[in-house]
Amino acid sequence: MNTKKYTVTDIPKTERITKLIDNLYAKMPVIEADRGVLITESYKATEGEPIILRRAKAFMHICKNLPITIRDFELIVGSNTKNPRGCQVFPEYSFEWLESEFDTVATRNADPFYISDETKASLHEVYKYWKGKTTSELATSYMSKETLKAIEHNIFTPGNYFYNGIGHVTVDYAKVLEKGLDGIIEEAKDALSKLSFEDPTYIKRTQFLNAVILSCEAAEIYAARYAKLALDMAAKETDKKRHDELIVIASNCARVPKLGASSFYEACQSFWFIQMLLQTESSGHSISPGRFDQYMYPYFKKDLDAGKITREAAQELMDCIWVKLNDLNKVRDAASAEGFAGYSLFQNLIAGGQTKEGLDATNDLSFMCIQATMHVLLPQPSFSVRVWNGTPHEFMIKAAELTRTGVGLPAYYNDEVIIPSLLSRGLTIEDARDYNIIGCVEPQKSGKTDGWHDAAFFNMCRPLELVFSDGYDDGEFIGVHTGDVTQMKTFEEFYDAYKAQNNYMLKLLVNADNAIDVAHGELCPLPFQSCMVEDCIGRGKSLQEGGAIYNFTGPQGFGVANMADSLYAVKTLVFDRKTVTMRDLKDALEHNFGEDIPDSIAQAKTQKEIKKLAQSGKVITESLILETFKKIKTCGMQPFQRTKYRKIREMIDEIPKFGNDIPEIDAFARDVAYTYTRPLETFKNPRGGMYQAGLYPVSANVPLGAQTGATPDGRLAYTPVADGVSPSAGKDTHGPTSSANSVSKLDHGIASNGTLFNMKFHPSALEGRSGLESFVALIRAYFDQKGSHMQFNVVSRETLRDAQAHPEKYKSLVVRVAGYSALFTSLSKSLQDDIINRTEQSRF
Amino acid sequence: MTEQFNNVKGRIFDIQKFSVHDGPGIRTIVFLKGCYLRCRWCCNPESQEYSIQKMIRAGKEETVGRDVTVGEVMEEIIKDFPYYRRSGGGVTLSGGEALAQPEFATAILSACKEQGINTAIETTAFTDYSVIEEILPVCDLFLLDIKHTNSDKHKEFTTQSNELILDNAKRLAKDAKELVIRVPVIPTFNDTCEEILSIAQFAKSLENVKELHLLPYHRLGFDKYVGLNREYKMGDLPSPAKEHMELLKKTAEQTGLEVIIGG
Repeated sequence: MNTKKYTVTDIPKTERITKLIDNLYAKMPVIEADRGVLITESYKATEGEPIILRRAKAFMHICKNLPITIRDFELIVGSNTKNPRGCQVFPEYSFEWLESEFDTVATRNADPFYISDETKASLHEVYKYWKGKTTSELATSYMSKETLKAIEHNIFTPGNYFYNGIGHVTVDYAKVLEKGLDGIIEEAKDALSKLSFEDPTYIKRTQFLNAVILSCEAAEIYAARYAKLALDMAAKETDKKRHDELIVIASNCARVPKLGASSFYEACQSFWFIQMLLQTESSGHSISPGRFDQYMYPYFKKDLDAGKITREAAQELMDCIWVKLNDLNKVRDAASAEGFAGYSLFQNLIAGGQTKEGLDATNDLSFMCIQATMHVLLPQPSFSVRVWNGTPHEFMIKAAELTRTGVGLPAYYNDEVIIPSLLSRGLTIEDARDYNIIGCVEPQKSGKTDGWHDAAFFNMCRPLELVFSDGYDDGEFIGVHTGDVTQMKTFEEFYDAYKAQNNYMLKLLVNADNAIDVAHGELCPLPFQSCMVEDCIGRGKSLQEGGAIYNFTGPQGFGVANMADSLYAVKTLVFDRKTVTMRDLKDALEHNFGEDIPDSIAQAKTQKEIKKLAQSGKVITESLILETFKKIKTCGMQPFQRTKYRKIREMIDEIPKFGNDIPEIDAFARDVAYTYTRPLETFKNPRGGMYQAGLYPVSANVPLGAQTGATPDGRLAYTPVADGVSPSAGKDTHGPTSSANSVSKLDHGIASNGTLFNMKFHPSALEGRSGLESFVALIRAYFDQKGSHMQFNVVSRETLRDAQAHPEKYKSLVVRVAGYSALFTSLSKSLQDDIINRTEQSRF
Repeated sequence: MTEQFNNVKGRIFDIQKFSVHDGPGIRTIVFLKGCYLRCRWCCNPESQEYSIQKMIRAGKEETVGRDVTVGEVMEEIIKDFPYYRRSGGGVTLSGGEALAQPEFATAILSACKEQGINTAIETTAFTDYSVIEEILPVCDLFLLDIKHTNSDKHKEFTTQSNELILDNAKRLAKDAKELVIRVPVIPTFNDTCEEILSIAQFAKSLENVKELHLLPYHRLGFDKYVGLNREYKMGDLPSPAKEHMELLKKTAEQTGLEVIIGG
């Protein structure tokens, strides 16, 4: 008798999936103007009305008029652009960056997009309307001048929500699958009917609930258009098989998401409409499908038991969804594109884990999710698995087989850390057990949370620079006065100065995030998204105004390893051993440890300097430019200085580094991480929730590293900062277990917005069944020690180098960047280098 | 008990974490310094001398070898306990010849057993059997090298004859909890089908032995010979081809043993 509750057998990939993928990647992605034009038309027509209704009406206008298309071979339909992997624009959040980048967006380094002259012209017209009306402009006006200065000096960057929608949510898909949008309309009408006339919130609630009804109707209309299109296409279709497929598609689209799904196929189509429309209503990314294997399972099981569907057919439908998740796209400003490189939308989908009751949740679909990811081998969905002590071994082995493909998926998450961590943030035990991951690594409860999970990047190295400069950056005072660093008598005094600069900057970060938060609530509430998150309908307000049960703001700190190594080096060399004076260390840092700075940075600095000179009336000659460049590039150093500063760096290199399982430095790193995670817990956001820290960088450790001078850990100026909680690149030299042991010494529970640990393996490390077994044991043992997350790149250095040299041969090479996977060739050269240089563990 | 082991001193030259080729699961390998044999192909030439040496590695002079207590070694070993537990791994003593420091080797493995850690030893068995008897109770797995069945050839390539080794192998087969025979496959020395078959037949004749490992020769030790200013007697002999290893595997399998290429 088979006592298992799932089947492990491999299901083969169909020809259709290959064709869908080929079509998807045939061309460079395109920017389309339709949504931008439509929302502008609607906004012009609704001037003066309540904002929430204007949003709903705009969504209706878009759903009625956005061009629709069914691509060849598709079984799951619904595309928000005519072109595969195209993107729409969202001028209500920001537009100036795109307009100024019109001519460079097709040729830029990270995530290029094609934009036609016609689109440029349409958007140019549209943008005239939006001047002074965007969330980013409003947010800027709400920030303190100190905050704006800190942002200008790159201490932190709130760029994500500053320029875009919030996203970062998992709605209650199960509810839509079950009741349909008609069910939600019913709920809203019911709430409306129960409102008391004398209720002071009557007006706002009425507006919100009407907006919900309108938005749901808009989505239903959109699906109905697809039903009609499918019928029209079927009428013209000569291929009998495709004709029949189109008829079924038409029937699906006529029923869902309006009604509850009556089959697995309908559930898939319903899910997809919700998923893509959420990303049409707003530009927020990380709209995460979450526990797909759980909420889809009842439909699969019912059809399977009734003999209405085969495993193979169900697998193909899932594969189709996986492909569609890569059809959605988003254009970001050039700087953000570097920070979120790889055209990624961070739609995190997670399998396995526990049920609300705390039992193992692994089922057939959990395995089929892994299978789908193996079939498509694409960056989306950002596929994750939950691991707990009761996770079946064969599920882990199947996941490890996926890791072995080198696609950088799945990411592994530890229930045993995350569930208690969420409990400590006020979730109920049932909600905590039912968590899923948003975007990169951020845990939350679906359908109940507005987590603002990617609120900002905070560069932990910058406050240390301010200690050395007594609060000045580039000649301008931006921090607090902590005194002359060379006069500091004890390490404690030095460390306190770091904390003082850090705490001040954290307050400014909170100021920035809260300003953006308020701006979104005032200008861009999202009725469609809100109606699928509890308790917006009950409270009669949008997510952006605090409608969710759980509200958080989660800014990310990064550079823990650099700070731990830096502070440890200062303590050891300057204060304990007294072998380097603070004066010499300061000089060495200012002179980049005796090394030239990179050309690109020196050029930019030269331009700035020359501009200043010109403004002061100086005559600019070729030789002056050259001289200035040379001086900047070499930090004006003499050879004897180089020798001296290099010697200091050598002394730093000799000191133990985080990542090698050395108890003293690891304990130190734990404390350093608290300087970021603990103060944040004390701050509140405007939606009535708290701040919670994350320790992960997306891919911002590269561009933000390029804005950071040399650090006392021996890191050269403008090179990448350590990613996530991982040790500094190349500093962990004692193998994967030592590296993992060090990382596990940090307090992952307090970083409840997620931590990220990258590990890179050579393919040989996972060879054979024994390779998989050791790999699984490594993950389990790291998790036993309370690590929270782990992800892997399994690809050889040689392969990556070759891909750099011959991108045309590696169009589909997917690598793990940070909390997500991306196409390697779409990444900028510097980020590619960073990935190549991460320590490769091959001693299996 | 522990204290008595912890203070025992010995000489090691490396501790390597996360090895998966020298015994079951994820293991930590402790390399003891000093060996009775001088195998020409040895990939750890710095392991052979008991004395602490200087070696040039990547342009820098390094000291090879340090005296440590069992307590110090255990501090490193215990760090990876979660990995042993999850993988069924543990500790493997290697060398040099671990049994050349019998008291130290036995103390490490005894301390491991107290912590519930699986133990293994990689050995030439070129020692008095009484030494082996001492360590038997605390060693879960013996990985025993049999390099050749012809004593003259054995002596020519390793500087020692093989009688003592073969003799000890027979006794160990009776007494050990588990015994695996390993063969470094060295071109010009033992890489013919006849030679491998002869070793396999000997292994098969041993009681309780079920597994034979064939370890293909590699040149990774070459730089170390240069670093020690020693002649590399293997010249530029290439590693055995994959196909040849497969052929040897098939040959050895004729005896009914389970044969694995690599560890």
